Parts: sequence; structure tokens; C-alpha cells
Amino acid sequence: MAYSDKLLDHFKNPRNVGTLDKSKENVGTGLVGAPECGDVMRLQIEVDDQTGTIRDAKFKTFGCGSAIASSSLATEWLKGKSIDEAMTFDNMDLVEELALPPVKIHCSVLAEDAIKSAIADYRHKNGIETEGSAEAQASH
Amino acid sequence: MYEKRYICTEKIGFVKLNPFKQITTMSKNLIYLDNNATTPTDPRVVDAMLPYFYQHPGNAASRNHPFGWAAEEAVDYAREQVAKLISVDPKEIIFTSGATESDNLAIKGVFEMYSRKGNHIITAKTEHKAVLDACKKVEKMGGEVPYLEVNREGLVDLKELEAAIKDNTILVSIMWANNETGVIQPMKEIGEICARHGVLFMSDATQVVGKIPVDPKAVGCHLMAFTGHKMYGPKGVGALFVNRKKPRVKVTAQLDGGGHERGMRSGTLNVPGIVGLGKAAEIAAQEMQKDTERLSKLRDRLEQELLNSLEEVYINGSSEHRMPHVTNLSFKHVEGEGLMMTFNQEIAVSSGSACTSASLEPSYVLIALGLGDDLAHSSIRFSLGRFTTDEEIDRAIVAVRNGVNHMRELSPIWEMYKEGIDLDAVEWSEH
Repeated sequence: MAYSDKLLDHFKNPRNVGTLDKSKENVGTGLVGAPECGDVMRLQIEVDDQTGTIRDAKFKTFGCGSAIASSSLATEWLKGKSIDEAMTFDNMDLVEELALPPVKIHCSVLAEDAIKSAIADYRHKNGIETEGSAEAQASH
Repeated sequence: MYEKRYICTEKIGFVKLNPFKQITTMSKNLIYLDNNATTPTDPRVVDAMLPYFYQHPGNAASRNHPFGWAAEEAVDYAREQVAKLISVDPKEIIFTSGATESDNLAIKGVFEMYSRKGNHIITAKTEHKAVLDACKKVEKMGGEVPYLEVNREGLVDLKELEAAIKDNTILVSIMWANNETGVIQPMKEIGEICARHGVLFMSDATQVVGKIPVDPKAVGCHLMAFTGHKMYGPKGVGALFVNRKKPRVKVTAQLDGGGHERGMRSGTLNVPGIVGLGKAAEIAAQEMQKDTERLSKLRDRLEQELLNSLEEVYINGSSEHRMPHVTNLSFKHVEGEGLMMTFNQEIAVSSGSACTSASLEPSYVLIALGLGDDLAHSSIRFSLGRFTTDEEIDRAIVAVRNGVNHMRELSPIWEMYKEGIDLDAVEWSEH
């Protein structure tokens, strides 16, 4: 399978790898996937209390190259976005930007799930109720 | 490792036409550790084949002119070379297009030929798809096929095998060694069980012929499939050994037209391919022992250094009953395809991870051994070959170790594992 240069770049030099303190009020954590399925993504956002925008985003991913590149690119995209903007994230943007082959589309879906799960966790911690937030709540 | 071949192709001026050249030149430093997928053709084999494309173009079935005679003589000689390697009579060798065809011919051919005797064929879950899919076809044609379990080592249970044999059993098909794990089945014992019950014994020996000593008659095996391209011969040519005496085994042809190969496999013989298979067999017979001794040392060093320098690495399948050039390792909490991507500009291997296939299911062979899906996703198969060097293994050890460490830094489950979190207790989301 030939991968795009952008995907290879994000795989070889992943951006924003790391861990945020999940006990902090302004940090939202999303953990999606399962080891049995060959993909686990943990994506975290840190929200600026003053501006309400995402100040930092970090990830760690167990998975194939496409999964790692998808989460790396997703964290880049998240920085500086407001929570509402972040909720509009569409996995097809990742598919396009990374030129993911059809068998790898699920990697971008997982990244979208991770973002939404991190946002749900942040909202839950801060008592922000929105429609469907209970549903999107991370399962851990 | 491709240097020699280039001299060979350059000599006959194919360089510009060979699209492979560009790739191999670019990756001159690429280490090939995927010899169970296919082996490079030995340059000596290529040299033996070349005259049979242009200089001696005859059809081996053309009985009335020198072109045909030359081709027939070459085929006869190759048949002797192949027969000698596995200690059988040349008349017992049927040339085919490869192991998949040989497996199909043996299984479907026996099913049709012995339909009056029974319709029950026994095989195992870890067989190659060529056997499993042929057996599924047999089921569709009214046959009955139990698929035996294997133990953690990858070995079939002899008692279970014997218990599975019924009055209408016509064939037991068990591979000599597994392609993914290199695990060697107890052939002699299986042969004895089959003999005791008067059942034919067939083996897919694709991964063993030319690599370790193989003598089907000595283990009571009546049909045996193998191929050229796993033993440094060409692709597109293989053979089926069919026992001729005590018992005289017959298979119904699966390709009709012309009655070549004693009526069991019609089709113009692939003369250059067959010459190549013969030459590959001859070289294997001479060099097998030397290759095996060298490769088992290299394999053991690769395996030991990785086991010693990395945590949570597991050998998949029996270490004792195993091919000398193969190791299948799981690197826990690292996904196989991602890992391969860290070093695929340097080492070529294969993975039991689902992500390498469209199906997204991890290796059925490793699952049959009782590995969890997570460990199956974390597996890498290293298969060494005649052209693997000491220096390449040194480099491979470093590249794999660095890759695993890098991927573990990226892995959230590795982090959780290091923090002492029980991963089995985590409620993972489905997707």
C-alpha cells in the first residue's frame, strides 16, 4: 500500500504525542477503540478557561500508521479551536488530507470518536450539558 | 542480496526492461526477512532456466522434432532432480503451477477419485488457505470436513486426529510446517495413524521442501504439495508427489485437455520453470545442511537479542518443533502494521495484524494457537533465507528494537500497562 507523503510525515514525526493531567478540570480525555481490534486512541484536550478555546491537545495511539497519522493531524487541527468548532470535526477531512485508502477510513472515524469523547468528558467535568452528550460520553 | 542477480540479468541485457531494478537499486540496503512469502530466485537457477526461453523453446509434448526432444529431456532431468531431493521415484512427481494448484489437485482429486470409498476428509485449522478453501469446496460438493484444533504450540493432537477418523474417511491433510509460525507437525506419528486406519495422508510441504530433509515415504505420506518459489526457484511452478506403489494413489484431474502428466494435470509444461525447479532442488540437496546450520544460528541470535533487550516479547508457536529460519514474535502493546512501518525502508517482514489485509481480522493461525486478538495484532514474522547475512541480522535487531521502543512511546496501552492498570478490566469502546 502506498501512503501519501503527508501521512508518512505524520507517522514518522507525530505531533503532540504525550499525556495531559486527566485529573485537571480543564482537561478532557477520550479513549476509544480496543486492543482486540488493533486500534486504541487516547486523545486529550486542554481548554483555556478564559477564552474557552483548546489550548493544547495530546495523543497516544496504539495502531497502524494511518491511525497514528490520523490522531496526530487531528491534534494539530484542534489547537486554537473553540469547543463548538471542535464538535464540527468531520472524519472525511482526515481521509482527504491524508489520502487514506478505503480500508483505513475507520482510522479517521476513530479519531473523530476520540475528539468527541474528549469533548464530552470535558463538558461532563464542567457541568456543561448538551444534547446527546451523555451518549457521546467516553465509556471508561 | 540482489547483486548477483543483477550481474545475471545484465549479462543478457534485460536491465532496462526490468522494472524491479529501479526499486531494488533504490533500496539497496533493504533487508529481506520475508522468505516464507517467497524466496529470491537463486542466480544459478536463473542461469539454468534462460536457455529454455529462446535457445530451446520446444514443447515437451512435441515428440517428432529435436525442439521437443530437448524440452522433454530437460523436463525428465528436472523430474529426477526433484524426485531425488525428496527420495521418491521420478514417476511420482506431477508438475503443476504451484503449491495452491497441487493442494487443490490432491484434495479435490482424492475426493472425486475415492468418492465410492467415502467423503470424509480431515484437516486442521492452521492449514494454508489453499488447503482450507479446497476443503470448503469439498464440503460444498457434499463432503464432510472436520477442522482439527491445535494446541498452544501449534501442534495437532494425535489422539484427537485418530478419534476423528471414521469408516468413510478417505484423506488426512496436515501441513508439514506452518507458513506463519514455522511449526513442524509430528509427521511420522500422523503417518502411522493414517496407515493404521488405511487412510490416505496428504501434506502441504510448501515451507519445508528444500529447507530441511523431507522424505514423504519415510513418514507414510502419500501425497505432498510443494512449490519452486519457496526454495529459491521460480514462481509459477510447483509439484505434487503422488505415491505410485503400496498404495497406488490416483487423483482425478482438475484440468482437462491433453492428458499431460500421466493424465493428472493437462497443460503444456512450463519447461523453463520446471528446469528452474529442478535446479533449485539440486542446489537445495547440496546446500541445505550448511544453510540450515547458519540460518538457525542467525535466527536464534535475532530472537534472543530481541527477547533480551525488550520487555513483553513472546514467541508464537513451538520453539522446539520449528523450522530453523523462522521466528514469529509478538511485541505486546504494539500494533504490527504500525511497527512494520517504522522500519519498512530497512527490513521487509510480514505481520499477523489485521491491518495488512482488507478483512481486518487478525491471523487465523495465531488465533487457533490460542493467542488473544491483541497479541495476534502485535505479531511479526521474520523468515530468513539463503541470502540473509550476519550483518543484516545485526542491523535488523537494531531497527526492530528502535521501532518497538518508538511505538511503545506512542502507545496508550503500553503507558497504562506500565502504570499497572489491568487492561482486561478496562471497558473498551466498540467500533
